[in-house]
Amino acid sequence: MPRLFEQEHPYPGRLIIVEGIDGSGKSTQLQLLQKWLVSLNYRVFFTEWNSSALVNETIRRGKKKNLLTPTTFSILHATDFADRLMHLIIPPLKAGMVVLADRYVYTAFSRDVVRGVDPSWVRSLYGFAVKPDISLYFRVPIEISLRRILSGRTTLKFHEAGMDMGFSDDPNESFTKLQGKILEEYERIAVEQNLTIIDASLPISIQQGTIRKIVQEKLKEYKPMPYLRKKENVYVE
Amino acid sequence: MSSSKKSVFLGTGLPYVDVNDISGKLIVIEGTDGVGRTTQMEDLRQWLEVQGHGVVTTGWTRSPLMGKAIDEAKSGHSLNLHTFSLLYAADFADRLEHEIIPALKSGFIVLADRYIYTALVRAIVRGADEQWIRDVFGFALVPDAVFYMKIQIENLIPRVITTRTLHERYWANGSGEGMDYWESGMDLKLGEDFYDSFIEYQRRILVEFERIAKDYKFKVIDASKGFEEVNRKLKEGITALLEESKPA
Repeated sequence: MPRLFEQEHPYPGRLIIVEGIDGSGKSTQLQLLQKWLVSLNYRVFFTEWNSSALVNETIRRGKKKNLLTPTTFSILHATDFADRLMHLIIPPLKAGMVVLADRYVYTAFSRDVVRGVDPSWVRSLYGFAVKPDISLYFRVPIEISLRRILSGRTTLKFHEAGMDMGFSDDPNESFTKLQGKILEEYERIAVEQNLTIIDASLPISIQQGTIRKIVQEKLKEYKPMPYLRKKENVYVE
Repeated sequence: MSSSKKSVFLGTGLPYVDVNDISGKLIVIEGTDGVGRTTQMEDLRQWLEVQGHGVVTTGWTRSPLMGKAIDEAKSGHSLNLHTFSLLYAADFADRLEHEIIPALKSGFIVLADRYIYTALVRAIVRGADEQWIRDVFGFALVPDAVFYMKIQIENLIPRVITTRTLHERYWANGSGEGMDYWESGMDLKLGEDFYDSFIEYQRRILVEFERIAKDYKFKVIDASKGFEEVNRKLKEGITALLEESKPA
């Protein structure tokens, strides 16, 4: 299949996505961006990775009973994504809105390859994905992300720590190994897919300033449909 | 003669799975809905076991991982082109890794009632990009033989529409359908009713099977013949396969 995520999409809306390892601060930045866009009267639609109902139960059961292999894990997440793409991403894009996505297919490209699937296979699997207009990759040294994550809580969950991968019997050590490998994959993907790199070790407001400049530039030719000029009041806290 | 030269996987494969020690045989029976695969499978299993072979049979869908997930998704009729194919891919991957490969490594003959080709033709008929669906199933093993039970639509009709099959489904299974919603391709809205839709849907499925037959080296069996003749052809094919791979 032509990898659609490598071709411009035909929709009137704009798709902005953030990627990065846990603790890179991408979600914070995306929320700040959302606040700003809403304040400028853009109609914004927000969506997250891994939240649909179609295979949620299967993934949960598979994890609990340890039934998942790298391949089934990967396909189930792709199924979930295909469902959300159809129901939550394409409609607002067709309606001409600005869609903000916290994580996108690059999350699967990095994580699934670390888990053992073939890099080109997982890219083909997601061949139907829409290409984002802006892809922000939050690059952060592993020590900083770990400090951010581990300071907030005492225990890591089994799968979260990658305990199923046999890196180490110690959850913190296993997690560090896993995140390091995911980071390596992200670096590869950033080059291959031409992601925009944000230095996520900088202060929050400095990063946000950079991001807003990038987004402003990209939205220059974006003309929202007249019916989108009315102020949105549903998806904003 | 060694068979180690041929490719093991249809595409990119399973990089984390060692398949070097596979000693069994993977034999696939393909064919559309109602063509009589399952009846043949039952008989072939018996026949092989009498000869002393260990046999594992596997069907299409209902793996331990997916359970009722596919049925539930289907009954909600909420599937789209990609989720439809991907659910089947997940189901198949689960059976391949947990059932088929372990059995082959233990030297069993695995008889598969349908294989990825069913998923390919169903996806293509629904408008999927052909390269995409082939790539998705690139993790599948290349079977040692694929017997394709070929039938024309006019010979399929009397097999599918019988007093027994329609009543079973309508009354006993409590589905309230005589013909099956998905086997009739009702999601594609190809006709006014189940019958019209079935004809058009199956016609398209048969065209696609025919088209991919060469690519995947199907051994074609004329399934319009009676059980005995089809059975004999299948047994001849399997015997030849087992003969050629016997250690010298």
